[in-house]
Amino acid sequence: MSIIFWLRRQDIVILHNRFNQLSHNSDVLRREDLRKIPDLACNPIQSQIVEAFFDERNFKKGGEGSVQEIGFEEFLTVMSYFRPPETHLTAEQKEEIRRTKMRFLFNMHDTDNDGTITLEEYRHVVEELLSRSGSLGKETAKSIADAAMLEVASISMGRMGPDEFYAGITFDHFLKILKELEIETRMNIHFLNMDTTFFCK
Amino acid sequence: MTARTRFCGGLLRISRALRTVALSLVTGCVFSVHASFGAVHGDNDTSHSSGHGTHTKTHNTTYPATRAFPVLTVNYDHVRKPFEISLWILLASLMKLGFHYIPRVSSVVPESCVLIVVGLLVGGLIRLLGETLPVLDTQLFFLCLLPPIILDAGYFLPTRPFTENLGTILVFAVVGTVWNSFFIGVVLYGVCQIEGEQLAAVDLLACLLFGSIASAVDPVAVLAVFEEIHINELLHILVFGESLLNDAVTVVLYHLFEEFASEGQVTVVDACLGMVCFFVVAFGGILVGTVFGLVAAVTSRFTAHSRVIEPLFVFLYSYMAYLSAEVFHLSGIMALIACGVVMRPYVEANISHKSYTTVKNVLKMWSSVSETLIFIFLGVSTVAGPHSWNWAFVIITIFLCLISRVMGVVGLTFIINKFRMVKLTGKDQFIVAYGGLRGAIAFSLAFLLPSDHFPMKNMFLTAIITLIFFTVFVQGMTIRPLVDLLAVKKKKQTKFTINEEIHSQFINHMLSGIENVCGHYGHHHWRDKLSRFNKYYVKKWLIAGERSQEPQLISFYNKLELKQALLVAESGSAANIGPGLSSAALLSAQSQKQRTVMKNISKEREEEIRKILRANLQKTRQRLHSYNRHTLVLEEEDEWSTVQLRRQRVELEKRMTHYLTVSASGWDSPPVRRARFQSDSQEYMAKPSAPVSIPAINMELVSAPPGSLALLEEVTDQAQQSQDEGCGMHANSHEEKSMKPNVTFALELEKQKLSRCLSDPGPNKIEVEAEEKEHFLS
Repeated sequence: MSIIFWLRRQDIVILHNRFNQLSHNSDVLRREDLRKIPDLACNPIQSQIVEAFFDERNFKKGGEGSVQEIGFEEFLTVMSYFRPPETHLTAEQKEEIRRTKMRFLFNMHDTDNDGTITLEEYRHVVEELLSRSGSLGKETAKSIADAAMLEVASISMGRMGPDEFYAGITFDHFLKILKELEIETRMNIHFLNMDTTFFCK
Repeated sequence: MTARTRFCGGLLRISRALRTVALSLVTGCVFSVHASFGAVHGDNDTSHSSGHGTHTKTHNTTYPATRAFPVLTVNYDHVRKPFEISLWILLASLMKLGFHYIPRVSSVVPESCVLIVVGLLVGGLIRLLGETLPVLDTQLFFLCLLPPIILDAGYFLPTRPFTENLGTILVFAVVGTVWNSFFIGVVLYGVCQIEGEQLAAVDLLACLLFGSIASAVDPVAVLAVFEEIHINELLHILVFGESLLNDAVTVVLYHLFEEFASEGQVTVVDACLGMVCFFVVAFGGILVGTVFGLVAAVTSRFTAHSRVIEPLFVFLYSYMAYLSAEVFHLSGIMALIACGVVMRPYVEANISHKSYTTVKNVLKMWSSVSETLIFIFLGVSTVAGPHSWNWAFVIITIFLCLISRVMGVVGLTFIINKFRMVKLTGKDQFIVAYGGLRGAIAFSLAFLLPSDHFPMKNMFLTAIITLIFFTVFVQGMTIRPLVDLLAVKKKKQTKFTINEEIHSQFINHMLSGIENVCGHYGHHHWRDKLSRFNKYYVKKWLIAGERSQEPQLISFYNKLELKQALLVAESGSAANIGPGLSSAALLSAQSQKQRTVMKNISKEREEEIRKILRANLQKTRQRLHSYNRHTLVLEEEDEWSTVQLRRQRVELEKRMTHYLTVSASGWDSPPVRRARFQSDSQEYMAKPSAPVSIPAINMELVSAPPGSLALLEEVTDQAQQSQDEGCGMHANSHEEKSMKPNVTFALELEKQKLSRCLSDPGPNKIEVEAEEKEHFLS
């Protein structure tokens, strides 16, 4: 795959330590291992994050579906999506990075892997997102998702004729509506100063 | 013919400008006749006025014997002080007005420059008349003029970008200022030694003191200039944050060097104590501010029954924080900022909407007047002198300031970029360096110097004034064309769309989740922790009752309602949902009186909201022929709408009579907006696919843990603006469709009342108008 996503040596060492810690020194990581992380339990989209690690589409090997357990290589591959980009990149390299990160995001939403985010899937996303807020009910979340979907439809398709049918958000539409978000700068984890032995939980 | 009209028009403009100038000058003269604003020339005037006083006194005592009942007496010194103060403020405000009537100037020259020039003119006039000049008294400046500006800045500080860039800002503020002071001080000392003659008397400590005064970036000047150039948020917060936070450093350095210079010698212990002092000053200030902020938040919990004095608490507590910090020589500015930042989320949840508007408007008004006064006084004080011009010193100072600023910024950025996710480019660095303006704080500090310890005080003063003039005029005027030339990113004018907002939140959660998986305690982790702490513990104490949940629902609902209304209008379906929506919204807007009632009806309203939303969405969705493969649940929306409509029309008539009186006063802006939209209506209807038609409504999804603190502030601002836009647009499209006239008229009224009722269109009209222009005239 592209060179851009190779992690630095010290990052790999740190992540290896963490992998061992999470999987209790076995070679494979399972969903339960991730779910045991206490801070992650408070996260509203915990299940989707965990799923992302076991989603074959994120392993860059062209596979589909999900697996039950992953090795260190796959763990590393998923982590590499969050690597901060280099400073001096050409415009097309930046675009490439952006697409890759957006693809990761898209895969998180598109759970049935049909290439589009349907209304149901989007509703699920919004529900999960709001699941911790308490005061907003499920119905409201549904309405928000509906409104968002409408927005995508009108931005991507313009005025639709009476016979047209908006099936779902395709990857291109997804890219288009989230153009302003500057994913390449936001979706990064700083691997600096990460000492897992000190922060072990 | 045209030439003459143009000539007349020009004459008219000039005469108008001259009139305002003349009026102010005359009033200035009248005032200056009894001038003694500063402590400088008090004696002459008191004798002058006491003579006047005794005159009237003798008159009174001899009354019974000689003359008739005095029908009209003049007793000026009775009201002298307040009269003079009011006159000056009036002058400042008139200048501000007049500024906008000089067409060419206002786009080229920043306001601060014009005000300084006016100050110079007024000062010159007063001096010509041979009267004594009022000087920018340091007491006045630090206790009366500066706090409103800082409070305004602190209260409306955008906390999210501020905290995200806090490290960078701190490095620039602390390390940068220290570097600047030492560099300027040391090199200046070297130059003075080399120069010999007059300058040989200037010793190292005096030079260092001068360096510390000259190196402080001034928040007032920065605000004045940067507000007009609309650069992107990052740069704005960097420069502005630096100017706020460097106060702690400046205070410490100033007092340090002043102490040392008076004593004449420095030991290592003293230097170490100086560093300790810095931490004490900074953190002490923040602590004082936080304490007062929390007390203010707690107080605001109990103001349900006396809404009218709510704004007063905000101002008083902040001012007390400032004064308390000043008592201990802590950093008053940091106390004020901390107080505003801490207080804001809780106070805003507790106080009524009108109080919130009051706070906002009063703060803006005060800070605006203060700023104007400061700049005018700066001009007047320049004329007042006393000056001692030394070519070498002044030129070297300016040169050194520029050099040290550039070096400091470049050097620090090099180090900072290693730790930053979003690196600062060369362009950014240039703007940060170029935006380091000096202002009145430097002047006041120089003025404060005791002249017995510092015989060269006048020279310092002159140099500082020249520096200020240089930065404000040269840098202030050229920064705008430079920003355009370098194509620096401007402030993002459009708001987030729903999708962007959803995904923004999603990404934040995802990042903190991944950080947890990594075991990395990063930025997101701490932010999460803080919001969770805030939500579960702090909010319970500081926010009254159900308010901690209410406002989000209300604002969320209002925005969604607007969105639905627009979609309805666009898709051309009947407007009969409209009244239902707006009256329900108004109901929610009336929340102040009915808070107890609300506790019971909130569930009902939620149900109502859901029904309305679903009904609305399905209507529009039908037009798009449903984009999901499952069947839609069709509610009994049709009958609901007609029945509700009839019921609510009655309510509507009732409300109309009430609101007509209120909205009559605020009629000017909506019709103007409507007129503008009518001309654009065709455009609008023709291309709805452009992102413009989706009025970027900010979804308040963040009742969830992360980032909610920051969003709450954005919510209210954007709620107002989007409502204003929405109102106008909705009104327009209805007129076009020629629906049942009374309903639509009521609807317009309701919509406009909605905007009036909920909030004003923001004091910073420029923002709102610019935004609207972006949306509708593009």
